[in-house]
Amino acid sequence: MTPNNFDPVETLNTIEEKFEMFQILDEEGKIVNESEMPELSDDQLVELMKRMVWTRVLDARSISLNRQGRLGFYAPTAGQEASQLGSQYALEKDDYILPGYRDVPQLIWHGLPLTQAFLFSRGHFKGNQYDEINALPPQIIIGAQYVQTAGVALGLKKRGKDSVVITYTGDGGSSQGDFYEGINFAGAFDAPAIFVIQNNNYAISTPRELQSKAKTLGQKGIAAGIPSVVVDGMDPLAVYKVVRDARDRAVAGEGPTLIEMLTYRYGPHTMAGDDPTRYRTSDEDSEWEKKDPLVRFRTYLEGKKLWTKEQEDEVIEQAKEDIKKAIKEADGTEKQSVTQLMEIMYADMPSNLKEQYEVYKEKESK
Amino acid sequence: MAEMTMIQAITEAMRTELKNDENVLVFGEDVGVNGGVFRATEDLQKEFGVDRVFDTPLAESGLVSLGFGLTLEGYRPVVEIQFFGFLFEAMDGIAGQIARGRFRSGASKQMPLVVRAPFGGGVHTPELHADSLEGLMAQTPGLKVVIPSNPVDAKGLLIEAIRSNDPVIFLEHMKLYRSFREDVPDEDYTVEIGKAKVKREGTDVTLIAYGAMVQESLKAAEALEEEGISAEVIDLRTVSPVDYETLVKSVEKTNRAVMIQEAQRQAGVAGQVISELSERVILSLEAPIMRVTAPDTVYPFTQAESVWLPNKDDIIERAKEVMNF
Repeated sequence: MTPNNFDPVETLNTIEEKFEMFQILDEEGKIVNESEMPELSDDQLVELMKRMVWTRVLDARSISLNRQGRLGFYAPTAGQEASQLGSQYALEKDDYILPGYRDVPQLIWHGLPLTQAFLFSRGHFKGNQYDEINALPPQIIIGAQYVQTAGVALGLKKRGKDSVVITYTGDGGSSQGDFYEGINFAGAFDAPAIFVIQNNNYAISTPRELQSKAKTLGQKGIAAGIPSVVVDGMDPLAVYKVVRDARDRAVAGEGPTLIEMLTYRYGPHTMAGDDPTRYRTSDEDSEWEKKDPLVRFRTYLEGKKLWTKEQEDEVIEQAKEDIKKAIKEADGTEKQSVTQLMEIMYADMPSNLKEQYEVYKEKESK
Repeated sequence: MAEMTMIQAITEAMRTELKNDENVLVFGEDVGVNGGVFRATEDLQKEFGVDRVFDTPLAESGLVSLGFGLTLEGYRPVVEIQFFGFLFEAMDGIAGQIARGRFRSGASKQMPLVVRAPFGGGVHTPELHADSLEGLMAQTPGLKVVIPSNPVDAKGLLIEAIRSNDPVIFLEHMKLYRSFREDVPDEDYTVEIGKAKVKREGTDVTLIAYGAMVQESLKAAEALEEEGISAEVIDLRTVSPVDYETLVKSVEKTNRAVMIQEAQRQAGVAGQVISELSERVILSLEAPIMRVTAPDTVYPFTQAESVWLPNKDDIIERAKEVMNF
């Protein structure tokens, strides 16, 4: 191409055409991309289905427990099981997760006790004490987890570890400055990071189209010069495959990947009074319900004689029991005191806090 | 012992800790090959390699958050923000994240990170280079904020800051970088964070200052001496937490105090220091504790610095006001 016929519109179109949605399992539960099938044993496929069903129950129960006032902050997850759990399933135990506020399920399947997830929801510091898992608590400042991820990834690289960091944001989050800085830093340092955008079409009430004129959010990786892909976020196999590939590239020293997962949340934005009927149509909801990751994965596994209704019922019962037990444990957790909050502030308590500590210790002893 | 400027002492502190602890990393914009825009990291990359001392893309939020992430793998980042006026770009990274890192993890994570940044007026910098923004940091629970006024303190405080498991904001006044030299011990000594220092003993009025205002206060104290007023000068050294023990002891002796800062009256830490101090020494006071500060405007256009920045004459005037109250 000579400078004279340089065509920026053509350039954009060429780039955008490259970001077709990657899919393996279609809405009917049929494999449409056999050559890209990830290497998963029958047992692993069943395990992934179990996790998705369990997490769907967790979502329903969490909404109900929230309405009863037995949980606090809660961001519904139903619909996003493939994007959340398919991606976490592609990780190894030593990998880090830097989640957003909707990404509690990934933490649970990475090893966070359910009781702690409930304590996080209620607002108790013990919910955030992660001694066993490589992760941070859900990030409330949208985008902050992206820049921090670049740092964790650089740390892993410097230590020479064969591990990666995965982080998640939503479609709205891709408009933040920290979103760009995060992918750009990780790119510049060739750091082993996987950046996920879970595009569920809405940032509270603001539709995806209002975030950016970019046809895909995946193509934003171009700005950082890093490999990027758009994947069907309702397809657990496709999600697993792209994350596993990104992980392989990262541990091979080839740097980060940006993955846009096209997904949907059936529930409201959060349980804090959001009413999706104000901005979403029931047609749209039912359109996405047809794409339900559980439905297509169930059909697929049933076709392979790997899944039955009995198995599903068993998982549902197990989930309910796990939840009941965890809520009870959360109820039994000691209440927080001001002196405890003071103790977790600093490694070396400063003089102002020392003075206040004595005051509150006195109060608490009464 | 070697005669050093403050910036040389700062370089020496980083060199010492890069040598002592392989987890210490130094990074920021142009701190590598270039050795920093003020030469604060001169030769450090040559000595310790690009893995330990390195440049970053030009993005303050990204680079302080890089530091946050590195702590998770056990590193001890010493991050440079080129000028503290650029803090606003990194405000969430510092105040919203690093300061809360330990707390929000229920103490399961530590944040052993130092943010170094030059600030301060009198050297005719362009816009948003010289602003005194320590007040914003001092109002943020989870941080410790250190402002040295001389080479000896700078080295000892920076080594202490790097060894601290809590995040420390280390602010370096540009006018003090090369304004004078003093003998700095060769060994790796530390100066305790949160401890003020009596720079000059006096009996009539306590002058409380930090940063470049310490030198101005010492000059004022000399002038006051000639008029028969004995001023005690205290250098806060750490503006969060403040060493009230030392302040109380002094004011109980002098019964009068002036709090001096370069920041605007509504900013800095003077309001907080006076408020805390008043609660502790009200019965010893012969006069209200007064302030010397800059006026509540945006930091001035370069040519107006000399009429805007507080100086020794303002301190002398205020000290007399307190004496004659």
